[in-house]
Amino acid sequence: MKKLNFERPIIKKLNVGPSHKFGLKTEFEPLTHIDEISVKDMLSEYGSPLFIISEKSIRKTYAEAKRAFETRYPKVQFAWSYKTNYLNAVCNVFHKEGSWAEVVSRFEYDKAVDNGVDGNKIIFNGPEKTEDDLNLAVENGSLIHIDHFDELYTLIEIAQKHKKKPKVAIRVNMDTGIYPMWDRFGFNYENGEAWEAVNRIMMSNKLDLVGLHTHIGTFIMTASAYAIAASKLADLAVNLRRKYNHNLNYIDIGGGFASRNTLKGSYLLGIDTSPAFDDYAEAITTSLINSQLDPENMPMLILETGRALIDDAGSLAGTVIANKKLSDGRHATIVNFGVNLLFTAFWYEHKITPAQEFSQHSETTSLFGPLCMNIDQIRESIYLPALKKGDNVVVSRIGAYNMTQWMQFITLRPNVVMIDTKQNVHVIRQNETNKDITGLESVPEHLKLK
Amino acid sequence: MIINKKIAVSETGFIFNPATGDSYSMNPIATEILEMLKKDMSEEEIKNFLLEKYDVNKSVLQKSYDEFIDTLIKLNIIE
Repeated sequence: MKKLNFERPIIKKLNVGPSHKFGLKTEFEPLTHIDEISVKDMLSEYGSPLFIISEKSIRKTYAEAKRAFETRYPKVQFAWSYKTNYLNAVCNVFHKEGSWAEVVSRFEYDKAVDNGVDGNKIIFNGPEKTEDDLNLAVENGSLIHIDHFDELYTLIEIAQKHKKKPKVAIRVNMDTGIYPMWDRFGFNYENGEAWEAVNRIMMSNKLDLVGLHTHIGTFIMTASAYAIAASKLADLAVNLRRKYNHNLNYIDIGGGFASRNTLKGSYLLGIDTSPAFDDYAEAITTSLINSQLDPENMPMLILETGRALIDDAGSLAGTVIANKKLSDGRHATIVNFGVNLLFTAFWYEHKITPAQEFSQHSETTSLFGPLCMNIDQIRESIYLPALKKGDNVVVSRIGAYNMTQWMQFITLRPNVVMIDTKQNVHVIRQNETNKDITGLESVPEHLKLK
Repeated sequence: MIINKKIAVSETGFIFNPATGDSYSMNPIATEILEMLKKDMSEEEIKNFLLEKYDVNKSVLQKSYDEFIDTLIKLNIIE
């Protein structure tokens, strides 16, 4: 006879008081399968912890975003934000869907080229681009988004040596009512710096100004801020046409769309409060369409949203290592993945679901990672069924930033698998070995022990 | 281990302590263990019963059992 599932015996004091949302449990169903593949089977085959990416989910989310914008604006182009998740397989799903690449370093630029992206479909953003990087980008006809005057003057110098006119845009920062205002990137709109940069480019006659770009912040919960941003960029474009009779190829509104994660300290859940693609699309496209832009020469709208496109597609599955009581009587659960793998635990109240059946009884626990560092806390307080050593859990919506900001700290990084649309599982990044890390080191002869 | 005589325990895992007015709820396995304690079964007998019935190894069971008993003592449900 098959034995029954064992759940740790728990007793919970019942408190009488007015009802409130915090008393409600959040997990009703175990997450046993992702895209119909058993989580436990994947953990047995590829090890625990394990990053799992769903290609189906990426394509579905991308289609939603594309529909939201393309039904409202004539020319739309997405550019995949490499820093959000630059695993090649992930980038290539977006490229296959038609996305260009948006990169912010030479490392990412080379990755995009190696992935097979055409040079003229790579947007090169970011404050640091060396002369060597700029030369390569000019040679490849990439779209260089200028961040500061030093870069602008360097590019003018480089342009004199090239036969090609570099294709450039300027990054513009502005007040859209969002706090904090990201004024460290690009040229400011309100103090006239952006307009000055435009004039210097046009007067130089050495650069081809093809676009204007802004990126107003991150995890923007107010879609209307994008309406202000689009309207300010449209004003710049209109003034550019008036003064120089020059039409821009594109307006790049950047990224910063919120995913459906719940930010720490937020009262309501992200799934209930984050704007949908339709909300962002409505704000941006309405603003552009109602602007003074020439209807015959409407610029292409470029979107560099990363987080909102990939967060839902990623999951991190892991295993319970231990349960313990803290000094004040609180219950604690230790799992085998920490902030080394789940960097976003610093920002979000992540949704965590057991991967096996459980009863309706739950308890409040603190969820810690395995690192011997006090900061390694995944959730300060979470209401979960009684988990025991060896049980599995799945953290949902972790596709953005974790596979780029993860740290090789204390331990090695695990396998990353992708489930394709036909339910085949592929390892897209192998688990690290000691050799991968120590292979880069060398010990001076006099310090060798053997 | 003796269960505090004043404590009322229901089959569904609801516990009431009339001395303090506190009430508690337990999950099914906790309820089962308390039922066995009421029948004066020894720790060994209880653990053997659970090992037979549930898919759990000895060390996880021992740890879970000890933690549960410790909590019951702290809550004055058993003495």
